[in-house]
Amino acid sequence: MLIPHPLLGLRDAQEFVYLGDASLLNRPDGMAEGAAEAFGDYVYLRDNPAGVHRELWFHEQGDRSWLVVTRDTTTHEILGAELARDVALAAKGGAA
Amino acid sequence: MKGVLMRFSGFRVFKEALSGHKGWAPLWRNPDPQPEYDYVIVGGGGHGLATAYYLATTFRKSRIALLERGWLGQGNIGRNTTIIRSNYLLPGNEPFYEFSMKLWEGMEQAFNFNAMVSQRGILNLIHTDGQRDAYRRRGNAMLLAGADAELLDVAQVREMAPFLNFDNARFPIKGGLMQRRAGTARHDGVAWGYARGADLAGVDLIQNCEVTGFRIEEGRVRGVETSRGSIGAQKVGVAVAGNSSRVMALAGMRLPIESHALQAFVSEGLKPTIPGVITFGAGHFYVSQSDKGGLVFGGDIEGYNSYAQRGNLPTVEDVAEGGMALMPMIGRARLLRSWGGLMDMSMDGSPIIDKTPIEGLMLNAGWCYGGFKATPASGYCFAHLLATDTPHPTARALRLDRFARGYVIDEKGVGATPNLH
Amino acid sequence: MTRLNGGLIDRSQTLSFSFDGKSYRGHPGDTLASALLANDQRLVGRSFKYHRPRGVISAGSEEPNALVELRNGARQEPNTRATVTELFEGLVANSQNHMGRLEFDLLAVNDWLAPFFAAGFYYKTFMWPKAFWEKLYEPAIRRAAGLGSLSLQPDPDAYDKGFLHCDLLVIGGGAAGLAAALTAARSGAQVILVDEDFRLGGRLLAESHALNDAPAVGWIAGVEAEFATLPNLRVMRRTTVFGAYDHGIFGAVERVSDHLATPGKRVRQTLWRITTKHSILAAGATERHIPFANNDRPGVMLAGAMRAYANRWAVSAAQRVAIFTNNNDGHRTACDLVAKGVDIAGVIDTRSDAKSLGAYPLYAGAVVSNSRGRLGLRKIEVTRNGQTQWLSCGALGVSGGWNPNVHLSSHHRGRPVWSEALQAFVPGIGGPPGLSVAGAALGQGSTQAALISGAEAARDALVDLGIPATLPVLPHAEDAPQTLQSYWHVPGKPRAWVDFQNDVTVKDITLAHQENMRPVEHLKRWTTLGMATDQGKTANVTALAVMAELTGKSIPETGTTMFRPPYTGVSLSVLGGGDSGEDFRPRRLTPTHDWAAAQGAVFVEAGPWMRAQYYPRAGETHWRQSVDREVLATRAGVGLCDVTTLGKVDVQGADAGEFLNRIYANGMKTLQVGRVRYGLMLREDGFAYDDGTCARLGEDHYVVTTTTAQAGAIYRHLEFARQCLWPELEVHLISTTDAWAQIAVAGPKSRALLEQVVDDFDLSNAGFPFMACAGLTVCNGLRARLFRISFSGELAYEIAVPARYGTALMARLVALGKDLGATPYGTEALGVLRIEKGHAAGNELNGQTTAQMLGMGRMVSTKKDSVGAVMSRREGLVGETRVLVGLQPLDPSLPVVAGAHLFAEGAAPKTETDQGWITSACFSPHVGSAIGLGFLADGAARIGEVVVAANPLERQSVKLRVVPPHFVDPEGGRLRV
Repeated sequence: MLIPHPLLGLRDAQEFVYLGDASLLNRPDGMAEGAAEAFGDYVYLRDNPAGVHRELWFHEQGDRSWLVVTRDTTTHEILGAELARDVALAAKGGAA
Repeated sequence: MKGVLMRFSGFRVFKEALSGHKGWAPLWRNPDPQPEYDYVIVGGGGHGLATAYYLATTFRKSRIALLERGWLGQGNIGRNTTIIRSNYLLPGNEPFYEFSMKLWEGMEQAFNFNAMVSQRGILNLIHTDGQRDAYRRRGNAMLLAGADAELLDVAQVREMAPFLNFDNARFPIKGGLMQRRAGTARHDGVAWGYARGADLAGVDLIQNCEVTGFRIEEGRVRGVETSRGSIGAQKVGVAVAGNSSRVMALAGMRLPIESHALQAFVSEGLKPTIPGVITFGAGHFYVSQSDKGGLVFGGDIEGYNSYAQRGNLPTVEDVAEGGMALMPMIGRARLLRSWGGLMDMSMDGSPIIDKTPIEGLMLNAGWCYGGFKATPASGYCFAHLLATDTPHPTARALRLDRFARGYVIDEKGVGATPNLH
Repeated sequence: MTRLNGGLIDRSQTLSFSFDGKSYRGHPGDTLASALLANDQRLVGRSFKYHRPRGVISAGSEEPNALVELRNGARQEPNTRATVTELFEGLVANSQNHMGRLEFDLLAVNDWLAPFFAAGFYYKTFMWPKAFWEKLYEPAIRRAAGLGSLSLQPDPDAYDKGFLHCDLLVIGGGAAGLAAALTAARSGAQVILVDEDFRLGGRLLAESHALNDAPAVGWIAGVEAEFATLPNLRVMRRTTVFGAYDHGIFGAVERVSDHLATPGKRVRQTLWRITTKHSILAAGATERHIPFANNDRPGVMLAGAMRAYANRWAVSAAQRVAIFTNNNDGHRTACDLVAKGVDIAGVIDTRSDAKSLGAYPLYAGAVVSNSRGRLGLRKIEVTRNGQTQWLSCGALGVSGGWNPNVHLSSHHRGRPVWSEALQAFVPGIGGPPGLSVAGAALGQGSTQAALISGAEAARDALVDLGIPATLPVLPHAEDAPQTLQSYWHVPGKPRAWVDFQNDVTVKDITLAHQENMRPVEHLKRWTTLGMATDQGKTANVTALAVMAELTGKSIPETGTTMFRPPYTGVSLSVLGGGDSGEDFRPRRLTPTHDWAAAQGAVFVEAGPWMRAQYYPRAGETHWRQSVDREVLATRAGVGLCDVTTLGKVDVQGADAGEFLNRIYANGMKTLQVGRVRYGLMLREDGFAYDDGTCARLGEDHYVVTTTTAQAGAIYRHLEFARQCLWPELEVHLISTTDAWAQIAVAGPKSRALLEQVVDDFDLSNAGFPFMACAGLTVCNGLRARLFRISFSGELAYEIAVPARYGTALMARLVALGKDLGATPYGTEALGVLRIEKGHAAGNELNGQTTAQMLGMGRMVSTKKDSVGAVMSRREGLVGETRVLVGLQPLDPSLPVVAGAHLFAEGAAPKTETDQGWITSACFSPHVGSAIGLGFLADGAARIGEVVVAANPLERQSVKLRVVPPHFVDPEGGRLRV
């Protein structure tokens, strides 16, 4: 597979390490009410769609950036890739 | 209505050979679905077929239908590396897999079908002192659970497999953990044996019947919607590993599971080369040789979520590197075919056989890449749960709520990272 | 000899080779198959199940029958297709899968027993008595099965892998592929043309018809000459694209020197990973045969192959041949053979309206219904209108139509679709993105259509890429229409083979139908159809047609033919790409590696690293002597150990403290500058992840150390936390594991030693106390970092210098410490020292243990949120009672073994009574006996109690006393002096 790195262009997927569902960006607040249940869902439950999936890849043999890659799990077609940091910041900005 | 009883035997083969094979009956019927059953099993892979078989035979239930989207045995039972073993470490797993091993040992005579269960042994190689410590702990856990295990030194390994690389290995072989009762079974034969046995016991095996939804009323399952119409049921058991998430999503559930692709490989046919099953402890490679002569081998999962039933070249290379590092004498053999299966990779690497929050709807899932060896016990324990509403004693730990409550069964110790299990 | 005139062989040279020990001759340009046929050797092998005599069927990579063991010794290569083996001087080949001589195979008894070996018979028998399967039946089956054999010796040849990138990959160098490559290469695009043959041209080489009224080889030569002038085109002969993978990546194998006796200094084969924007599949088509009774005798061939042998290799399989066909292609073979002077016994055509195209007897509306000839075809039975007659012939060419080679187009699970017009499957939807199909692979079977479709496919692909391209002027070529009348098999009582290699007959398919094994996957699996080395290239579609006839359904309703990689068999050696033996994985070497080697150190694998395990001295004959000495020398004086492999991460920025506070279970924000704190990291699921030290070198500057094993994973985890969880924090990370050489200086005399290297630095206990850290210079100005931390329990330091000075520093310390007894120690002594002190390491931090089990439950702060804190409070983790304890044998002469399980005295050892296990064990020279660490249920409350360590695996059971997990200096006084 080839991953379209937003800064570096097409890179071989072998340079990356896969983590999983991009919902891992949305870590609950550990000090908040109901944290135990929120973390149970966060750590263990996944949509696991057959189709479009947003997922985290780490460019370990490269620039060491985490990417959010949008990929179809039925065809492996890649629909886009963003820096995870930008996605996370946007989410936090949106929440504030 | 039951299937046509026709016992298989050497005598019968002889008799049919002399009479032009005119007498062989269909291995199973092709019934149309009835409007209502007591039990509906979703998924005609190995686990679903075994569930139907034990439910109808051991637990003497009737009015059972098994629904399969495609053809019987289309699940991972039709695309695996055929290894059977009970060499687990943790008490949540080992008794279950040893129960499965005992079922393997009598299965063929029970369902009157030669599934070619062959206990030629599995050898897990040891390359470091730390690995030996871990394997000793595991081997002892196996013995304590009533399974068999032996710790071998290098000389014993060499005697058993002189063709391994003992001379210039990057990770020298320092011994091995051997389970002699482990081995292989003819995967399709297992599916067909259970299918035929279930059909004879009256189960309706319904092919080309895809479940498209669940009928759920007031928190209780009432049946399923299918591509062949609506089918009512008192209880529904889902055994669709690889696709568990998308089927259970039809019932509104999210699971602690990701779907991943695993490639497996077979070489061209060769005269006998490899005695049993051998696994490399310093790379991703395991191998056995089929009765037809093909080297059947595999390695790591692809590592990313996938429903595509195929893998990519880096994994092929990784597996071949492992094979060549371990046994450089296989180099002149050729890869004949590769294929990909879908794995229910669970969050702790262990399976789930449990009720769900929806009454009457039960789940058999999360088999990762090790479901084949579990087929008999998985079917037996799932049938037990469906028939009695209580877990089988060896499957008590395989609960769905173990994640939330912290009773995970994490053999590899890598946590909630499905692609590392 | 049955050599004809003409052909593309070099008659000026003769090559000698041997088959089954007998010598033969051929010419350059020959394949092993053509050379054997030229020497009248029709019998080349035995079938898989019935051991029937078999000969060459095809002239290409689809060959199911002519498989040999090629070469000998360690280079022996089983199941090698004679049809694609290029002849070389001294080639040695042997037939395979027979007992006794090829002509008198004892296992041919199976053929007499064939009625008992019907499809699926083995599923129905061999079950009684139960024990006989493994002891008797299975070994017998295994011996009889298989095909060729491996030498069991390591492959002596070298292999390589390479990467290529292009705009357009053209797969296949026949008419369509050449036209495509020419079109694309002239446009300036980066093009790769790959062909499996050793000569470009594909079927053009096998045909007699002209291009622009001249032999096709002339046009090919012109194209090749132009190719040579185009630097943007790479032509790869002897290369097979075996698989289509994601995102335009193709796997290919180049057989660099398989056409030579030995590779010499070259690699034997190269694995190429070709990444392309577009690809054109121009892989041609495979002819199918028509099953009839006893259609498997040597001499029965595909008609197109027969034509290829005549035209390209100047060989006929016999002096007198017949043709069995359902289309005009068979007649073409007859015409070409007549032109070459071969005697045609007749063309048997299933079409009643068939017309003769040349001077040969025609049997229109007739079929071949049987054959004779024990080791090779002698005569065929022709049936017309119920009348039969026998024709003598030594070979029969069969043409049942052509199946497009759709294989690569279905590797992404693209489903081929049925073409009624062609009576064949053609590439359908769902193929690899960017792949287009041309020529016969698309069903464009005439030469003219193939040329045009190749050129057009290339132009269209280039348009997609934005590269303007024009169609070249293509030669005029034959453009005969499709004339096929579908005819799938000749009915009859005797066996008619569908899959030659696996001995699957029409009867087997009938039986599968009778037994309700009708879905195509059941059919395949029940009969083993299409599972041989040719993967059903010549069998699958025919089998589907037979099943369709039985079920009364159409062929596409019955099923389709999906293929999986590889297209043809690929050696495991080349897939490994040469990364075997010592080169399986790279070795990481520590900065002092060469120095340690010079000291005679024994090394051990530690993940990717090689580390000094111990340093044997003269007179020491057992590793324990060396290790005990190293341990005692360290505890008594000073020991030195390279600990560079521990992961090191520099954490800098205004929010570094806050960041680390969220990473570690314990607090790090409050750590003072110049101080070090032990830190425990949890995974988000609450289990222990890793431990190490965290040093604060400056207000905004921390150094995190990790274990060796987890260095990579922890760095990734930290970057995840920084980029994905808390991007708002101002913090930056860099892994410095390789940048700093780090040496542990441990023992009561470590201060005295270090005082000799530090530049003007106060090392006194007050000036640089336990858990202090500092940046400083050593050895007159060398930048260094010093940490007063201890893994051994002794007064100890770790000193880091830029990696390139590691060896120099180690040598200096050893030299300066001579009088202090400075002793280098390896990982074994390191392990003993830490077990004696009760420090957890990999065996305790195995990913399954919790902070509580490690005795660090209270370190998990409840005042802040950190990774894993919430989940560590789950019921199952909190309820875990096993904790780390020390263990010591009651009888000091008895061993303590890691991996033994712990039981209460008197308890029957079984899973239900299991109370824990021993994680680490060693002989402690300090204690004077073996000692261990382990996790024991309620361990904290059981100090002093006796438990049993059961190790049934090695038939051991040893009584141990439970002690605190600190065998050395439990108060920690030695650390602080």
